Amino acid sequence: MSKTITIDGKAIPFTEGQTIMEAATAADVYIPHLCHHPGYTPHGSCKLCNVRVNGRICSACTFPAAEGQDIQNHSEELNADRRRITQMLFVEGNHLCPGCEKTGNCQLQAVAYHLNMLDNHFPHFYAKRNMDASHPDVLIDHNRCIFCTLCVRASREKDGKDVFAISGRGINKHLIVNAESGLLKDTDLEATDQAATICPTGAILIKRTGYTVPIGERVYDHREIDAVSLEEERGEHG
Amino acid sequence: MRQFIQRLAAKHDFRPTHLLEMLRAVQARYHHIPADAAELLAEVLRIPRTRIIDATEFYSFFSTDPKGRYELLISDSITDHMLGKQELMAYLAGKLGVAVGEVRSDGVVSLDNTSCTGMCDQGPAGLVNGYALTRLDRSRIDQIAELINGEISLEEWPAEFFQVEDNIRRPGLLLDSPIAPGEALKAALARGFKETLIEIDKSGLRGRGGAGFKTAMKWRFCAEEPQTERYVVCNADEGEPGTFKDRVLLNSFADQVFEGMTLCAAIIGAKQGFLYLRGEYLHLYDKLQAILAERRAAGLLGAGILGGAVDFDIEIRLGAGAYICGEESALIESLEGKSGIPRNRPPYPVTSGYLGRPTVVNNVETFFAASAIAVHGGDWFAASGTEKSQGSKILSISGDCARPGIYEYPFGTTVRTILDDCGASDVLGVQVGGPSGTFISDQEFDRKLAFEDLATGGSFIVFNGNRDILAIAHNFTHFFAHESCGFCTPCRVGTSLLRNQLDKITGGHGSAGDVVALEEICRLIKTNSHCGLGQTAANPVLTTLERYPELYQSRLKKISFEPGFDLDGALETARRMANRNDAAAHLQQTAAEHE
Repeated sequence: MSKTITIDGKAIPFTEGQTIMEAATAADVYIPHLCHHPGYTPHGSCKLCNVRVNGRICSACTFPAAEGQDIQNHSEELNADRRRITQMLFVEGNHLCPGCEKTGNCQLQAVAYHLNMLDNHFPHFYAKRNMDASHPDVLIDHNRCIFCTLCVRASREKDGKDVFAISGRGINKHLIVNAESGLLKDTDLEATDQAATICPTGAILIKRTGYTVPIGERVYDHREIDAVSLEEERGEHG
Repeated sequence: MRQFIQRLAAKHDFRPTHLLEMLRAVQARYHHIPADAAELLAEVLRIPRTRIIDATEFYSFFSTDPKGRYELLISDSITDHMLGKQELMAYLAGKLGVAVGEVRSDGVVSLDNTSCTGMCDQGPAGLVNGYALTRLDRSRIDQIAELINGEISLEEWPAEFFQVEDNIRRPGLLLDSPIAPGEALKAALARGFKETLIEIDKSGLRGRGGAGFKTAMKWRFCAEEPQTERYVVCNADEGEPGTFKDRVLLNSFADQVFEGMTLCAAIIGAKQGFLYLRGEYLHLYDKLQAILAERRAAGLLGAGILGGAVDFDIEIRLGAGAYICGEESALIESLEGKSGIPRNRPPYPVTSGYLGRPTVVNNVETFFAASAIAVHGGDWFAASGTEKSQGSKILSISGDCARPGIYEYPFGTTVRTILDDCGASDVLGVQVGGPSGTFISDQEFDRKLAFEDLATGGSFIVFNGNRDILAIAHNFTHFFAHESCGFCTPCRVGTSLLRNQLDKITGGHGSAGDVVALEEICRLIKTNSHCGLGQTAANPVLTTLERYPELYQSRLKKISFEPGFDLDGALETARRMANRNDAAAHLQQTAAEHE
């Protein structure tokens, strides 16, 4: 007999070694997330997937599922906190959705829609961040980086390259690349690398592809991220 | 430089785990981490250069920009502020002709702030090239400026500048009866290691770092792990402002601390131990190395301890200025030569710690107590204290009291007794357990020191009636924003938002609603953060807001909306460009208040 956890009152089966996120996704239950992606070592840094496990807040993407867990996921309280955490990501960097070529395809933006984020709530930091357009095919706009480390993990775990890293402490964290010059053009990154396409925001973009799909016809222009995410990730977790 | 790096890396057997030690050496020699040095290190250690850049940018004591040949850092702890630090800092900057945060144009000296240096009982304090400077005053600063301007080497500076006192004011159960080297190990061997663990269990000893996990249970869990390569780590990264008891234990009782680590190793079956010493305690490094050498010579460390029963040795590793490394999993990351980012749990360090192996991490005081328990037995220890908090607790007391220093009390002692003993009068409140702990007001002095009431890592900062509560909360909140590792969103962004929001209120720009916004940020950080730093970073604001809401309210403007900046100040550039300074070129931001 398979073991079960309970999410928002619903019994969800899990197998030993699965995280709460993995069990939930396989059972068609969406838990908001940005730094998590199936098949990548869980990171647990964005904290959007915070759920209440037997009363305690835990990151669903890193916390192992275990028999007897009573988990709250879609409570008003948790979603309100997730909205605030998303707003934190927005004010920390410089996110200008309407002018970003990722608009409509951006998970950060889609999560914000999903959480009914209508404003940025907090005062902006207006951080001074640069752009690295040196690479012929790939662009980094540091203004939109949320330090999810998906590119770091993709480069290391999928591409076998180690192109990216997050450096610095606290609010001064920033994305760096592995080149003596510090520029993307001097790394061995290629546009076909997973690290170049995994970014959940508009921080890493493939050049000359920005408007091949018109605004209004993009992924999240028509569908909510919960549906898209479950459809794409369920198989990978299953 | 190539030769220097090559030799340095060879000295550390080209082990990337020793990256911090190597970066410390590079910083000491070049007064920064030159880009070339980072490249060379990456090459010889065969690690991505990004790891070196990350470590350089993460730890406060490393810098990519050149610092002065004399790197002066002055402690920014609240206790230093109370002892006149700010005024002294201005005096020092004037004397040396260098601005805070800058390097003098001749490259001789740089001056900056640093988080607490652990000298709160003898401040204002600072560091010069990593070595502790105590009891700074104007005359001492005059002399220091002269020595620096004369480019006199540190070895020739007067020894009293670097003198660090123990200031043990009230010894108790443990400090009164230190054990002789080898005594605990012999007792444990005679009794049996399993039986000794039972004694430690019986003693009720709980981790003295603050969390209070039962020591015997932690050791047992680690011993029961199937993986047999195990490690013992002594957490001497005492970074909590106001805390300095570990400094004293390591200065005067290091033998007993090392003995506790060896005892743990014997019980859990570890061959290697680490003392992770905070970078600010560099002055203890040589002395501790000498004690380790003596213990090896006496057969108390190394191969075949106690006639062959145990093989165990201890290595000292220095931190490089990061409060977060006091968190045990961040400390382990740092030991592995990486930046100190707390790991996801589970797995816990007892299962997967240093290099993924089972690891016991305990505080200095825990190992110190464990060795005494091995000698005197569990009942001896459990006879002190309360039902749920056995034994005694060593406290670091600083702030507004006649006798700052080290005090040891059985658990259950009231705050009032402690305040009387240290000579504190007209007390407004006490910060218990440092900024991450609790601020208690003068209405709560009958509360007891114990896990069931006032749990504490061991620091008391006393504030008298002349102190400004908001200035205290301000200092602590800035501290946390500076020390957040930045891994998770609520702490990375939240501590900065909290700092800015508190600055808005203390700066006189707060209005109705701003205290509510402040509380909301506090709750968000506390509830959603990844580790203890974030979960406690809002405590200074929360505990003072709860006790003194009227103080926060009194700083607010009476208008309904106040921008978070100075409107009139923002027009300064425009006025300069327009060459105007008449009344009409100014904005009356606060007019509504006077209606």
